[in-house]
Amino acid sequence: MDFSFIFRYQSLYLIGIRNTLLLALAAVIFGSIIGVFLALMRLSSIKPLKFAAASYIEFVRGTPLLVQLFIIFYGLPVVTGMRFPDIVAGAMALSLNSAAYVAEIIRAGIQSVDKGQMEAARSLGMPHGMSMKHIIIPQAFKNILPALGNEFIVIIKESAIVSVIGIYDIMRSANIVRGITYRPFEPLIVAAIIYFIITFSLSNLMGVVERRMRASD
Amino acid sequence: MIKIKNLHKKFGDLHVLKGIDDEVRQGEVVVVIGPSGSGKSTFLRCLNLLEQPTEGEIVFNGVSITDPRNNINKQREKMGMVFQQFNLFPHMSVMDNIILAPMEVKGMKKEEAKDTAYKLLKRIGLADKEKAYPNQLSGGQKQRIAIARALAMSPQVMLFDEPTSSLDPEMVGEVLDVIKELASEGMTMVVVTHEMGFARQVASRVLFMDDGLIVEQNTPQAIFNEPKHPRTKDFLGKVLRSFE
Repeated sequence: MDFSFIFRYQSLYLIGIRNTLLLALAAVIFGSIIGVFLALMRLSSIKPLKFAAASYIEFVRGTPLLVQLFIIFYGLPVVTGMRFPDIVAGAMALSLNSAAYVAEIIRAGIQSVDKGQMEAARSLGMPHGMSMKHIIIPQAFKNILPALGNEFIVIIKESAIVSVIGIYDIMRSANIVRGITYRPFEPLIVAAIIYFIITFSLSNLMGVVERRMRASD
Repeated sequence: MIKIKNLHKKFGDLHVLKGIDDEVRQGEVVVVIGPSGSGKSTFLRCLNLLEQPTEGEIVFNGVSITDPRNNINKQREKMGMVFQQFNLFPHMSVMDNIILAPMEVKGMKKEEAKDTAYKLLKRIGLADKEKAYPNQLSGGQKQRIAIARALAMSPQVMLFDEPTSSLDPEMVGEVLDVIKELASEGMTMVVVTHEMGFARQVASRVLFMDDGLIVEQNTPQAIFNEPKHPRTKDFLGKVLRSFE
């Protein structure tokens, strides 16, 4: 095996790393925001909202990310009549996908808080929203955090799929280097190591945050 | 103070309350006893609408709280509730547990809320626990804090839902003492309990419930010494024998 190509093509990998991180960051931020709203809709007592959120979540969880990506990449220009940069379509697909999983994580976290907590808060005269804010959400957060960290790691790994619509991420840079160097194998090893370094750092970071949270108990 | 008219509660096919009528008067200590599954707790939880009655009306201080247009949060401020499982907020210190509702719901200033909380903590003998978290307390201490938390809202009536049922036996006394003291100060309360000695001592009126109905009600002396209904006799026979 020969890895000497790394030094010649490191700039290609660096662009890939930058784009993968950008995509993942966008997906984490927008996925979480949309996910919170979906979770609230799913937990609300208004039937149509509940139904809409539940259908969306089931659809996203029941179809491949690749299909969702293609639907957005080819469908969005048709529906809106506008051209978007590829990376926007990629970020959108990842965000909308992640939102469904984040919503389920949040819902499970909120429902894992003992029913008596809400009853105690309500019995003191606190309205529903106030009880959620002071009593339920802070307790749910500790249950949600580990699963959410996991979801972020999944997004980084799954984002490799956007290389098929031509977005210049880590995976695509590896493919390009393979094409230039006629080496089918080694550039992929480099890509795998880069992905691993990113996800491993993130999971360690989440571990530190979790320990902090637990220390405050 | 609280008028209950023809109260029914169904959980699906299960008919738990089958028409309860009663009136809790100012200063009364109403103790509700009866076999498990008789609907005692459901009845109590209907009084502050933690359970939504299926049928019937509850009037608190002249306001129909079962009216769908009524905002129950206003009346809940005046009805303190103490749960079997304590339900303290585990992510907050004892002090924060007590002052949260007075500050958020009543808009009380932090200093004022803390002053009230100190007085309450002193009264229940836990003045040194203000900075502790619930998981550092014993069951008896948790329940006394839960009582203080409810009292911090200056309620007009206190609802106790089997307050000693999940306590170790040696801690039952300390909690009952706090409740007795409240009773002697004239607090109106409704207590669901299995502590017959306590019922005999503090109740101004005992309700015996069975199968979703109030079967018999009377002064504690009358209920315990000469129960009239065969089901009351049967129940007390079993319970009191197990105490001897």
